[in-house]
Amino acid sequence: MITGEQKPLEEIQALLGDAEKVLVVGCGTCVTVCFAGGSREAQILSASLRMASKLNDHPQDVTDVTVQRQCEWEYLDEIEKEIAEADIVLSLGCGIGVQAIAEHFPDTWVVPGLNTTFMGIPQEQGVWEERCAACGDCILGLTGGICPIARCSKSLLNGPCGGSEDGHCEIDPEVPCAWQLIYDRLTSMGKEDTLLELQPPKNWQVSRDGGPRKIIREDLRLISDEA
Amino acid sequence: MSGKNNGYLVSSNLEKVLKAGHFAVTGELGPPQGADPEVIREKAALLKGYVDAVNITDNQTAIVRMSSIGAGTLVLQEGLEPIIQMTCRDRNRLAIQADLLGAHALGMRNLLCLTGDHQIFGNHPTAKNVYDMDSLQMVHMLTEMRDKAVFQCGDEVKGSTAGFLLGSAAAPFADPIDFRPLRLAKKVKAGSNFIQTQLVYDVKEFAKYMEKVRELGVHKETFILAGVGPLKSPGMAKYMKNNVPGILVPDEVIERMTEAGKEWKGKKAADLSPEEKKARSKAWQTEGIQVCIDLIKDIKKIDGVAGVHIMAIEWEEAVKPIVEGAGLYPRPEVN
Repeated sequence: MITGEQKPLEEIQALLGDAEKVLVVGCGTCVTVCFAGGSREAQILSASLRMASKLNDHPQDVTDVTVQRQCEWEYLDEIEKEIAEADIVLSLGCGIGVQAIAEHFPDTWVVPGLNTTFMGIPQEQGVWEERCAACGDCILGLTGGICPIARCSKSLLNGPCGGSEDGHCEIDPEVPCAWQLIYDRLTSMGKEDTLLELQPPKNWQVSRDGGPRKIIREDLRLISDEA
Repeated sequence: MSGKNNGYLVSSNLEKVLKAGHFAVTGELGPPQGADPEVIREKAALLKGYVDAVNITDNQTAIVRMSSIGAGTLVLQEGLEPIIQMTCRDRNRLAIQADLLGAHALGMRNLLCLTGDHQIFGNHPTAKNVYDMDSLQMVHMLTEMRDKAVFQCGDEVKGSTAGFLLGSAAAPFADPIDFRPLRLAKKVKAGSNFIQTQLVYDVKEFAKYMEKVRELGVHKETFILAGVGPLKSPGMAKYMKNNVPGILVPDEVIERMTEAGKEWKGKKAADLSPEEKKARSKAWQTEGIQVCIDLIKDIKKIDGVAGVHIMAIEWEEAVKPIVEGAGLYPRPEVN
């Protein structure tokens, strides 16, 4: 899942400026699961903004609506009317949701209410951890299902650096050393020989470094480029 | 390439000393956080004649400093041989190769390939890091560049190529500790001609590590230089023991340092006059140098150790008494 965190109220207020009619748009998928931008958070934030704007002697008309997924056109079509009535839209979706609204409603000014943080896992109630960096060339088959690109602070491919101590990364004693985890897992599975093979430099062209990425599946397309 | 150079890879002084079987001594020189060449020249003067080559750090601890290659050029002008350090933190494969073509053209022949301290520790913690490759991949890339005259992409180097004696760092006491000798073997397999270890204060533990290294036969395929460094105070020893990953400081070393300052025992820095503080520092430093000398003498007895790497950053004056005290002066001249 994609995780996000709400921006500080002051930053959100600054983004909204003096707009009179504000529409807060929640998203019912990833950011709902991580308690950052679902229907509940959209309602609470709307109330906070209404209250704060009154205290600032510049009352704003803040309403909220939540769609199933901000990143799909069909769900955005459902809120076309509300969007058209607003002076500004505050998206509580991830960065994809914000951009989808901007792209789908070219005449609407949309601002983000969240900082999109990472693709990860709810480790326990209230705790999320990063797991995938979407590098475009998955190597989990070599590393026992533990990703050194996302989870090693230096994205190393050939084992732990000298900063691994007591299972933790040198950057923070709260961060597990990914290579300690990989070592432990490969050793327990009798696959430690994998650790001795020199892994060549990674092809970053298929990651974000190669430029914005796109997937085209001709077998699934309804409209082809030639048409 | 070796045929052209009497069996040497690059014919650097470090390579010649190591291949002649002498117990090598390398030092470390930290470039300034400024552009003054005099700082480098002064430090070089303190080390010249006492080390076979000197490491020039590359934005050490992720703090911006004069570049390793720039400082290395000045060191070379002073008649001291540099070992350029290069980290994967700040450069991608294009920049690494380009800078090293330049370094070779300027006369540098030794290189230590490092992953690099994470930028979060330095003075630009909001910077983007690179880590396009790791240190093993860097060693392998530069082995190919030296021996096959090819860039990482496979294209041929035009005209003469850049050849370096390639080194890697080793952290014998970092976790997972059982993997460390194997990781060293992997670094050697990637092409590391020499190894410089993290600071060793616990010779017994280092001897155990070397035993495993010898079992793997790695010491015969590379030159292993044990890292040593003089302690300035018992506080420094305790800090390293408790706060620096991969450094073991045995209690007896801390006790020796504490004992050296016993005249001022129980007194806080605030209670001491400037003269007393100076005298206490002097007593600690004298003992720190002696501890280092004793460590070198013990390490020299371990089979498979080819030399020592003395890390006395911002205390380059200490290198001379250490090298003399350990009986490693004068340094050999190999032609």
